[in-house]
Amino acid sequence: MLWMWLLCFVFVCNSERIYEGLVVYHDELKLPDLPYDYNALEPYIDEATVKVHHLGHHKTYGDNTNKALKEWREADPTSPLARSSIVRILQEITEVPETWQVAIRNNGGGFVNHVIYWATMCPNGGGSPSGELMMQINRAFGSYVAFQEHFTSAASKLFGSGYVWLCENVKGGLVIMSTKNQDSPLSDGLYPLLVVDIWEHAYYLKHQNKRAGYIQSWWNTVCWDEVPKLQRFWHQSRNSL
Amino acid sequence: MSVVSSLVRLARAAPFAARFKHTLPPLPYAYNALEPVISREIMEIHHTKHHAAYVNNLNVAEDQLKDYVERGDVNSMIAVQNAVKFNGGGHINHSIFWNNLTPLGEGQPKGDLLAAIQRDFGSFDTLKTQLASKTVAIQGSGWGWLGYNKERGKLDLAVCSNQDPLQATTGLIPLLGIDVWEHAYYLQYKNVRGDYVKAIWNIVNWKDVSARYDAAIKG
Repeated sequence: MLWMWLLCFVFVCNSERIYEGLVVYHDELKLPDLPYDYNALEPYIDEATVKVHHLGHHKTYGDNTNKALKEWREADPTSPLARSSIVRILQEITEVPETWQVAIRNNGGGFVNHVIYWATMCPNGGGSPSGELMMQINRAFGSYVAFQEHFTSAASKLFGSGYVWLCENVKGGLVIMSTKNQDSPLSDGLYPLLVVDIWEHAYYLKHQNKRAGYIQSWWNTVCWDEVPKLQRFWHQSRNSL
Repeated sequence: MSVVSSLVRLARAAPFAARFKHTLPPLPYAYNALEPVISREIMEIHHTKHHAAYVNNLNVAEDQLKDYVERGDVNSMIAVQNAVKFNGGGHINHSIFWNNLTPLGEGQPKGDLLAAIQRDFGSFDTLKTQLASKTVAIQGSGWGWLGYNKERGKLDLAVCSNQDPLQATTGLIPLLGIDVWEHAYYLQYKNVRGDYVKAIWNIVNWKDVSARYDAAIKG
């Protein structure tokens, strides 16, 4: 009996996070399952929104990325970049041929951005970070409260569609930055640790025009246990990218 | 010197003293009038919340701009331009949009406008297909437009991001705009923007679009 429990323990501890496939080449990107049920983020993010957001928007970004990648690979069978991971492609987005650059920036960016979004939320989220990450936040922003205020302010002020990110740069410094539409911080040489989706589709069904209410709710879903894991993942992946 | 001319001189010397404040224009129809194409709920929020916010924030941005101009703070004058463009554009665009729509959609344009459409696009159906396609393809938030190119004397299509106003950013005179910010359709159409853009043709106010075209070619 003990071996069964050990096996379960090992399986749970080693179960792949939804972002791990992003740094590996795939013939076709597959929409990852959410790490929780569609209603798990209630009452902060409603089930109807999570469903359409994942199965509608996120899936479409994946499908459109696959279409663009397939065309590019067929047109240029020798391009090493075309046969890299989607993360690598976004990091080198300006090297993607013009014919597919916009489609891959928008759809590949959309695919990856949403994986990070889902990955850093969880039921029973909220609270604040601890350990090394908390120390980094204090160093970069003065305090967790100051970080939260700065992040919230950026999210409130963003014009149009986009995201607000907490990222780590190659020197290990933390920055808050925003991207428009589906642009990815990976294209700016940054590694995303936490993100809030500010496209209206992320909140309109529940909050309508009240973006501030959505941002406030979203803080309750932030998974401070997962953020350091994502951070370590980028550290480990960096060399193989 | 007469009292009147003194007052005129004073008014000219203090141009911002009785500054014009933008106000939310009323809809030319009831909130539920565009159903089933656009729901009452969307119309009400779109008008009383989104458009109203653009109007209020435009007034705030203009007050700030006035302040910076008076203080000679050029850096701040430049910095506030984004807010003026965004909120001013939002106010312009939505003011056109409400009049571009009508519960009494006639289905297609007539007269001079129809002739111009056939001349510049081949047919009304081609215009619809091209404008719909460009509009649905907009990344993020923005507007699809049928506009008039005064320099070339022809109709043209354009898309604008966010609330960038068509005329100020492209020179085209706006005739018909389709708002594809998600707030314009999400509560009813969710992620299927194409269905919304397909349906909106049923409520286009071609009389309004024609009137704008007539004014554009004369002006």
